[in-house]
Amino acid sequence: MKGLFNTGQSTQDNPSTDSEAETITDFNTASEDGTDSTEMPEPIEQNSAPVPESAGTHVSIGIDLGTTHCVLSYVDISDLDADERVHQVLQIPQLTAPGTIEDKAQLPSFLYQAHEAEINEGDTALPWTPKPDYLVGEIARNLGSKTPIRLVSSAKSWLCHAGVDCKSPILPPEAPEEVTRVSPYQASVAYLQHLCNAWNQQHPNTPIAEQEITITVPASFDPAARELTAEAARSIGLQNATLLEEPQAALYSWIEKSHGDWRNHATVGDIILVIDVGGGTTDLSLIAVTEEAGNLSLTRIAVGDHILLGGDNMDLALAYTLKAKLEKDSKRLEPWQVQALTHACRDAKEKILSDNDADNIPIVVPNRGSSLIGGTLRTELTRDEVNSVLLQGFLPEISSDEHPVSRARSGLRTTGLPYAQDAGITRHLAAFLTRQLNAVDDLNGVSLPENASFIHPTAVLFNGGVLKATRFSDRLMGVLNSWLRTEQAPEARLLTGIDLDLAVARGAAYYGFVRKGKGVRIKGGTAASYYVGIESAMPAVPGMPPESEALCIAPFGMEEGTETDLLEEEFGLVVGEPVRFRFFGSKTRREDTVGTRLDYWTDEELEELDEIEVTLPEENRKAGEVVPVYLCASVTEVGTLELQAVSSKDDNHWKIEFDVRAGDE
Amino acid sequence: MNTQFKIDLDLIPTTFDAIHAYLAATVFGLALTIIILLFVLLISAMRKAKKPEQKATDNKEQAISTSIPKREPEVKIVEKIVEVEKIVEVEKIIQQPAPEPIVLKEATPDAALQLLNLLQTEARFIDFIKEDVNAYSDQDIGAAARVVHTGCNKALNEHFTLTTVRTEQEGSKITLNKGFNASEVRLTGNIVGEAPFTGTLVHKGWQVTDIKLPKLTQGHNANIIAAAEVEL
Repeated sequence: MKGLFNTGQSTQDNPSTDSEAETITDFNTASEDGTDSTEMPEPIEQNSAPVPESAGTHVSIGIDLGTTHCVLSYVDISDLDADERVHQVLQIPQLTAPGTIEDKAQLPSFLYQAHEAEINEGDTALPWTPKPDYLVGEIARNLGSKTPIRLVSSAKSWLCHAGVDCKSPILPPEAPEEVTRVSPYQASVAYLQHLCNAWNQQHPNTPIAEQEITITVPASFDPAARELTAEAARSIGLQNATLLEEPQAALYSWIEKSHGDWRNHATVGDIILVIDVGGGTTDLSLIAVTEEAGNLSLTRIAVGDHILLGGDNMDLALAYTLKAKLEKDSKRLEPWQVQALTHACRDAKEKILSDNDADNIPIVVPNRGSSLIGGTLRTELTRDEVNSVLLQGFLPEISSDEHPVSRARSGLRTTGLPYAQDAGITRHLAAFLTRQLNAVDDLNGVSLPENASFIHPTAVLFNGGVLKATRFSDRLMGVLNSWLRTEQAPEARLLTGIDLDLAVARGAAYYGFVRKGKGVRIKGGTAASYYVGIESAMPAVPGMPPESEALCIAPFGMEEGTETDLLEEEFGLVVGEPVRFRFFGSKTRREDTVGTRLDYWTDEELEELDEIEVTLPEENRKAGEVVPVYLCASVTEVGTLELQAVSSKDDNHWKIEFDVRAGDE
Repeated sequence: MNTQFKIDLDLIPTTFDAIHAYLAATVFGLALTIIILLFVLLISAMRKAKKPEQKATDNKEQAISTSIPKREPEVKIVEKIVEVEKIVEVEKIIQQPAPEPIVLKEATPDAALQLLNLLQTEARFIDFIKEDVNAYSDQDIGAAARVVHTGCNKALNEHFTLTTVRTEQEGSKITLNKGFNASEVRLTGNIVGEAPFTGTLVHKGWQVTDIKLPKLTQGHNANIIAAAEVEL
């Protein structure tokens, strides 16, 4: 969940993946001896290339489908009782420039719509296809940095953007007419397809479609965005891909890394706060540790809003600070220079935030022409600037009752993405913790002091590349602990040990193992309760819109594979005509059960989502006929919410679609 | 008509006209070709008779020599070395057993071009080296050097895994036992006596333990290290 490849980081990874690859060799040959002794071990082409698994091996694959990059991690689960489990990260072959292919652990989530004259025939070949449909990965990011009008980025954030049709070609939003656009859904499919092809090419004996696959989604994804992600996976043949929330995946990674030792670091009554600050988004979750039949068990009790705020915003903020500084010296900057400045700031930020000795980092923007020395633009990024821009701007020291100035998802009818208006991550955090004060009310063994004004986390797990900078994580812990101290609560401790860039993918791969009934599973179910809007049966008042009521159809915390009872309420659906309902979600109303009617709610409590729609087919019925139905909800094994209309006269079911076609009508 | 052809075999021509001269030449020529053809046939027949014998012996030889590496190239290369070394010293050659065949590794230009491409893309290496530094102040050069340094560092880290040959501190005394690898450690200065050698570590050395160069698509022109850029 990081905006940029960190070179130092990726090289650090290499030796470890190598040694891991060696261990898995032993692992494999051991299983071969038992199952298929006639098969010869495959020759190893390269030192770094992992050995292909023998046929019959079962692998759990975790895919981190991130906003700024994707990672695929995998682990052999053919022997569930094996002592040692070796997680590996797939090296993804991708074009980095026309005609150049490199293996990298991360696939940048960018798609580039190249002009036909831009790239020579044959220069876009990949190991599995002479000409891919879309340019994705490093090449897309590189080409797009110089030609932004053809670059598709942040497709994932669009999936969760209410008010746009995610299956209509809308990206890149600011492209001229002649550029072929793709839908956010299609872009997600393209990234997944690339990962699948890369896997199948390197692991011919274990086709990806036959493996256990887990795809991570932000905890804040609404049902429609989850459904789109699952559909994207199905469309390329990943029928059994399961969805997992990213903060949960990070916690799974921590559990897996601790090799069973996590039980010594977590106690009953703990409330773990997972803070995931990625390249483009910030995701918050609370997970409680409870006891069940003598064992520790984990329950995800709350998730935060979808906050479009991350490391990229920070780089941009620093770049604009420097731009202002340069312009004071009457130096005009061209757009490409601002872009280069942003890149330089990203590296400088990481250096200054992790190195306590570096006070000034020189920033140099070279000339674009071949004369390097002449036209170079030179400036400095000082520690004070980093402090004031990043720490004060993004992590201000505030009190726990200071909340973001405006809500993150306010404007539903904007053409661009609804970026967070308040950059203060700590303010978003304070608002989240305050809103979730009652999250542990129903749990045994977890309690808060009487006077608490916000939920008190006892442990914190960080994820996302931004928080690798020690000064950032220290600051976040400092602010959180200052809130806790004012309420006389013990300070929260930091859970460490995970790789902040790869944890989500690793945790997702581990989840495949958990789903086999091994290890500890985080319970939680749906992170919100869901409501349909119905017009209340009040007499109409002239000049006033009809009052609306919200009827709960899916309660909080519905587990995968469960179904709700039918609503008592009966609806009349007109055959052959689409019938639409307003649809709401609440991340705080835990007590509502199916059939609860709300005639009043605050914007804080209920968030309006895209409308839902059902159309009864005309078979056996006359168009225009009204059929009485009940509504019911179920959560599929995959992890998506499904709404159904059930006829009250016979057993007919109709699926209610999340209306992705809503929009600026 | 009058022109009736009569064949009279008794008639002997009194003069040699052109037709007769041609006839005689043709007869002579034909006779010659027949003789040559006959000769060729005779020789080829003799050869064919010989060949099967040879083949049989060849097969035998091959069957025996399959287990032994091919003799021929070895012999050739030995000859070459002899030639070279003859000029220097004759006695030694006789004492030395046949030296290992020398196969010089040919560096592929593609890998070198790739490295240049990486250094140019990441670090503007060619731009920097090709520029006349005398025209600029040290401050300007310093600023540009940062770009080159950061970029080269990135390119190296991404594509090569570098470690030092010796882990000891530079300047410290180290001892090299007998049988140390002379390609890893180079001795300089007062080289006398027998191993173990004790000396000061002047440079800790560098070695590449892993290399990860980009792959190129078929038909990609690696000679273009940096494409010309045109902004529309």
